[in-house]
Amino acid sequence: MRRAATLLALGVLSWLTLLVGPVGAADGVPKPTIRIANEGACIAPAEEMRRNHMDMLKHQRDRTLRQGIRGEKASLNECIECHASKSTGSVLGKDHFCASCHAYAAVKLDCWDCHQPKTGFKATGAKP
Amino acid sequence: MSHNDRRGFLAATAGLGLVAIAPGVHLMQVAQAQSQRAAGQPATKRQRWGMLIDTTKCAKGCDVCVSACATENGINETVADPRQASQWIRKIDIKDPQSDRQYSLPMMCQHCAEPPCVDVCPTGASMKRADGIVLVDRHICIGCRYCMMACPYKARSFVHQPLTQQNPEVPRGIGCVESCTLCVQRIDRGRLPACVEACPEKAMLFGDLEDPNSEIVRRAASAATTQVRADLKLNTGVRYQGI
Repeated sequence: MRRAATLLALGVLSWLTLLVGPVGAADGVPKPTIRIANEGACIAPAEEMRRNHMDMLKHQRDRTLRQGIRGEKASLNECIECHASKSTGSVLGKDHFCASCHAYAAVKLDCWDCHQPKTGFKATGAKP
Repeated sequence: MSHNDRRGFLAATAGLGLVAIAPGVHLMQVAQAQSQRAAGQPATKRQRWGMLIDTTKCAKGCDVCVSACATENGINETVADPRQASQWIRKIDIKDPQSDRQYSLPMMCQHCAEPPCVDVCPTGASMKRADGIVLVDRHICIGCRYCMMACPYKARSFVHQPLTQQNPEVPRGIGCVESCTLCVQRIDRGRLPACVEACPEKAMLFGDLEDPNSEIVRRAASAATTQVRADLKLNTGVRYQGI
């Protein structure tokens, strides 16, 4: 009797899992849009870039600013050159390279408080 | 080595430099070629960048250097309160009350060898690069503005509002302190600072204070030059002539 009850309970559980499982997955946050203009032209394979780009940029920024080393492999301006949207010229905004992934990962970016997110941007020097 | 010996040594090396330069090659070109650093190479103590400003050539009312700085560094925002405007370089008109002698000069970060802004910074954001350029590492600046208080030259500004029109080569933004960088993005590529290049009177001379053959060292050896507030013994990288 006890064995039969356990089997029944297991059966009900597995049925519930089957019913709920796939529905839950389909309700997940939509994956970010990643449009890459020059596929395969990056400084490292996509898997490595996804995992390590923040470390590459952090170490490069310290070497460039504090030691004055120029022409390093990793460079935020080079990221922007390749990955800026064809329509807006920016890596920011919905569906564009940096912003879409970081919104998905819920990581707030401070880079653009100071850095220019648009490719080929030339500031005007109107005196304040 | 006594003081006089050293003076003689400097004069002799300057003479050698003159002989070595081929006819038709300007000293400025040599200085620029020397300043180009290969990719991947850090700045070193073998150089110390500085400036010599001849105030006798600096015209009152001319602010071409200020405009050139604004264009190069993307200082283009309109601020609600003019006291909050970023001033990386400003023109100052001075009058000696005793003699009524007037002159005009550009004032900016003096790139001290012993910078008070670096001493007081609680995070290490205010820093001096090996080649003497004093910079703010905005990545770790918390905007406390101690450095602005410490600077005797009022050379630093604080950005109060969000910016969007930065030049890609010159990142700058809200919540950070900033000042003249000697146009570090140009120097590292062997170019002159924007203000020096733009000055119509050629009143600003940029060069390597560690290089005995550089024009700036030779001029400092032959003419009377002054450090502003020399009494503070900060050993400024920006020197003035005629004040």
